[in-house]
Amino acid sequence: MLTNGTIVPSSLSVRDLQWQVDWDKDKCTLCGRCCAVCPVQAIELGVHRKRTIQIPSLAEIGPATASSNVYQVYHGIRQKTDPAYACTGCGMCNLVCPNGAIMGVRSEEIDKQRFHVNRGGQPRKRGGRRNSPDIHNLGTLDRIKFTRISMLTDPALDAGRHEFELRTLLGRVLPPEENLKLYRENGWIPPVREIYPLLIGSMSFGALSPNMWEGLQMGVAYLNEELGMPVRMCTGEGGCPPRLLRSRFLKYTILQIASGYFGWDEIIHALPHMKEDPCAIEIKYGQGAKPGDGGLLMWSKVNKLIAAIRGVPSGVSLPSPPTHQTQYSIEESVAKMIQSMYMAWGFRVPVYPKISGTSTALAVLNNLTRNAYAGGLAIDGEDGGTGAAYSVSMDHMGHPIASNLRDCYLNLVRLGKQNEVPLFAGGGVGKNGKLAANAAALIMLGASGVQVGKYIMQAAAGCVGSETDRCNVCNIGLCPKGITSQDPRLYRRLDPEKVAERLVDIYLAFDTELKKIVAPLGRSTSLPIGMSDALAIDDKDAAERLDIKYVV
Amino acid sequence: MCRLIAMTSSEPLSPILAMRALDVMREGHDGSGVGLFMSDLGGPFEELKGLPILSGICTGEGVKRLDQFMMNLGFMTKHKVSMRTSQKSPPRGTPRRDVYVIRAYEYPQAWEGLDRKETDFRLMMARLQLRQMGEEKEDMIIYSFWPDVIMIKEIGDPLQVAEYLQLDSAELRARVVLAQGRQNTNYAINLYACHPFFIQGIASMTNGENTAFVPIREYLMSRGFPGYMGYQSDSEVFTHIAHYMLNSLGLGIEAYKHIITPLQDGDLPTHPDGGFLTQLKHSCRRLIIDGPNCVIGRLPDNSVFLVQDRKKLRPAVVGGRKGLYAFSSEMCGLEAAIPDRDKTKDFQPMHLDTVIVPSDRSEVRICSQTEPLSLLH
Repeated sequence: MLTNGTIVPSSLSVRDLQWQVDWDKDKCTLCGRCCAVCPVQAIELGVHRKRTIQIPSLAEIGPATASSNVYQVYHGIRQKTDPAYACTGCGMCNLVCPNGAIMGVRSEEIDKQRFHVNRGGQPRKRGGRRNSPDIHNLGTLDRIKFTRISMLTDPALDAGRHEFELRTLLGRVLPPEENLKLYRENGWIPPVREIYPLLIGSMSFGALSPNMWEGLQMGVAYLNEELGMPVRMCTGEGGCPPRLLRSRFLKYTILQIASGYFGWDEIIHALPHMKEDPCAIEIKYGQGAKPGDGGLLMWSKVNKLIAAIRGVPSGVSLPSPPTHQTQYSIEESVAKMIQSMYMAWGFRVPVYPKISGTSTALAVLNNLTRNAYAGGLAIDGEDGGTGAAYSVSMDHMGHPIASNLRDCYLNLVRLGKQNEVPLFAGGGVGKNGKLAANAAALIMLGASGVQVGKYIMQAAAGCVGSETDRCNVCNIGLCPKGITSQDPRLYRRLDPEKVAERLVDIYLAFDTELKKIVAPLGRSTSLPIGMSDALAIDDKDAAERLDIKYVV
Repeated sequence: MCRLIAMTSSEPLSPILAMRALDVMREGHDGSGVGLFMSDLGGPFEELKGLPILSGICTGEGVKRLDQFMMNLGFMTKHKVSMRTSQKSPPRGTPRRDVYVIRAYEYPQAWEGLDRKETDFRLMMARLQLRQMGEEKEDMIIYSFWPDVIMIKEIGDPLQVAEYLQLDSAELRARVVLAQGRQNTNYAINLYACHPFFIQGIASMTNGENTAFVPIREYLMSRGFPGYMGYQSDSEVFTHIAHYMLNSLGLGIEAYKHIITPLQDGDLPTHPDGGFLTQLKHSCRRLIIDGPNCVIGRLPDNSVFLVQDRKKLRPAVVGGRKGLYAFSSEMCGLEAAIPDRDKTKDFQPMHLDTVIVPSDRSEVRICSQTEPLSLLH
């Protein structure tokens, strides 16, 4: 910009941006890969004009002496300062650079870009996570310690050699009296699935790229069929590829129905052709990343395949309503929806609702306990991730999972139904990489199982998103790793076989770590759901709130 | 790790025999408590079989309140055992008590015609009320109030306590004797934490800790049954699980292990009762224990049983002869209890076994969890 040029309110300098591209002219080979790979076109070829002042020696100066200015041109990159093209810090430029000549560096001060991401009256939308790093002040789940170690009075078990049965139940479990009576009388007993307590949470076909989805499905199938780990994966709201619906692998899948009913036309039509029942049906009423807001798949990701599976035209944004259009009361319409879903599979498949973490979770739960069909309750805390949401929803809406889950569990204990309506917790599990510890803490706080999404994306596919607003462009279909993009040029970067391998790695490592937690507590024959006497935290208020021990 | 001894005999025995067996296993208990359960009584109680017997410890003031309470309910004292301890000083570690109460009562007239279940419930409620009264003023500790059952618990070395209380008296004779010498671990020394535990004719004692105690306690307390309370010891839940299974689920003791240590998922499909056991495992999931435990108990029909945790991390040995059998934590305890037996027939039960000696003491039955359940017909 010239010194006398005009500036508009959103004219920013590189200094004002959140991520500043640090480029080293000396190392750059001018190969252009960084510009090609950048998902948001934050950098472009830069043709730089440079003046070099060459001062002749005094002896040479005379009337015929030529100008001392030498104008040169050099090539390199230039970072755009328009907020629409702001660098997201994904680091792909660094990944592809043969010489390591380029890297996005976070601004050392709070950026000015954040004040200009609402141009056109459109608030910022993004994918990813809540951006609550909790790095110096670890999150509640990370701070929970397991303090009841078996020492001498009872032997700690051997995580490597003892037998373990760390399974959980998904589905409505009846009180023993009623269950045994119905069994004797050949009555209807609600279907219950014995599954692995770490579930892959709902990430839709559409939000994820076909390669990512395929990789996860392959990994899940391998875990089940080769390793005997009954791992389950939820589809999210986006239907299910027709071939999967008609395959035996459907039994490892939890089908989600949400307020947009996307994909359900295909599912209903596939019903007569299904070889296996799905594991369960999850009715999504809410999501931790955007509580009280519906699903969102932005137009750029709705390609022909996605459109076909979802039964919509391609190239249009697909915002699901915040709530199911038929829902006017939990007593009636939610109950009806649960029953309709049971009916579709002849009462052989558990059906449970999923809600976002909220202070009204107790009311929902109380109601479900009175609904004889509700097969559980999944609660997604504020740290849950998403493919697309308004930034404000992600940053500020929702309830932390630990206390929400604990309240619900203790309420079930008061009602004597702690074994009957299993609670599944999600939202930020393993967000700082401590997957097994977070999951075990939630289980001992009362969760029957844990749903995890972001951790899987990071560990199985190399998602570069972080809690400090890095990348987070899942919404625009330009995921540089090919995880959430629908453009074959991008998602072919991701090898589904490798995703499957990494998924298996994750589960095997998690299983070992979970054993390394429960074995010293003297537990192995059943998942220690609600074993709160094992837990402690170094925060008095948190200890009181969660009804666990306080330690310093 | 505590030490356990259970004896079941066709002829009434003196409980001192069990105490001597505990004494030889003294490395395993520290004097923090000794508990004794007797049923199928001989001696003077032989004639009073149907009448409820109250067992406990009272202060002088407590006895007055006890008498008043029982009179108000309409109970008449029919027989009492007096333990004259006042002349002697108690053994080291044992507090001086005013009265060790063992009293048989005549049922109130108003209870005539009540069905068994209602009578049983009222007996339990009377015990719980007395326990609560005692806790308020710290003047009464009540262990049991049940026909044909006597319980004594005290702090101190088992044999010294037994001699101090003159448990070899001819008045105390029983065909079923359960005794535990306690090794106090992580709970306070409290007489209510002493084994055996008792509820409505079912008694059990345990060694080892119960690592799944808190979720099990929460589950039992939320059953809405007033007797599921106390839990000064993590082992009390074993008694209550047995009670819940027998009374609320209507299952026999063969199912007990299927509740507390169910078969693994891989074994269930091939089990003849796999369908039933899967349902039982699901709906009783919160009652699964994780050991290490050995549980020895007595059922209302005077049969005795023994089970261990899934990994068999607490020892037990079974031996005896027709008409007299014993379960013991250690071989030396069994040796002290029944020296004249065929030792080649002694055995240590395996991790899937439930050992049952029926009240006729004719044989030792072993039910393995992999066998069909006989009670399902």
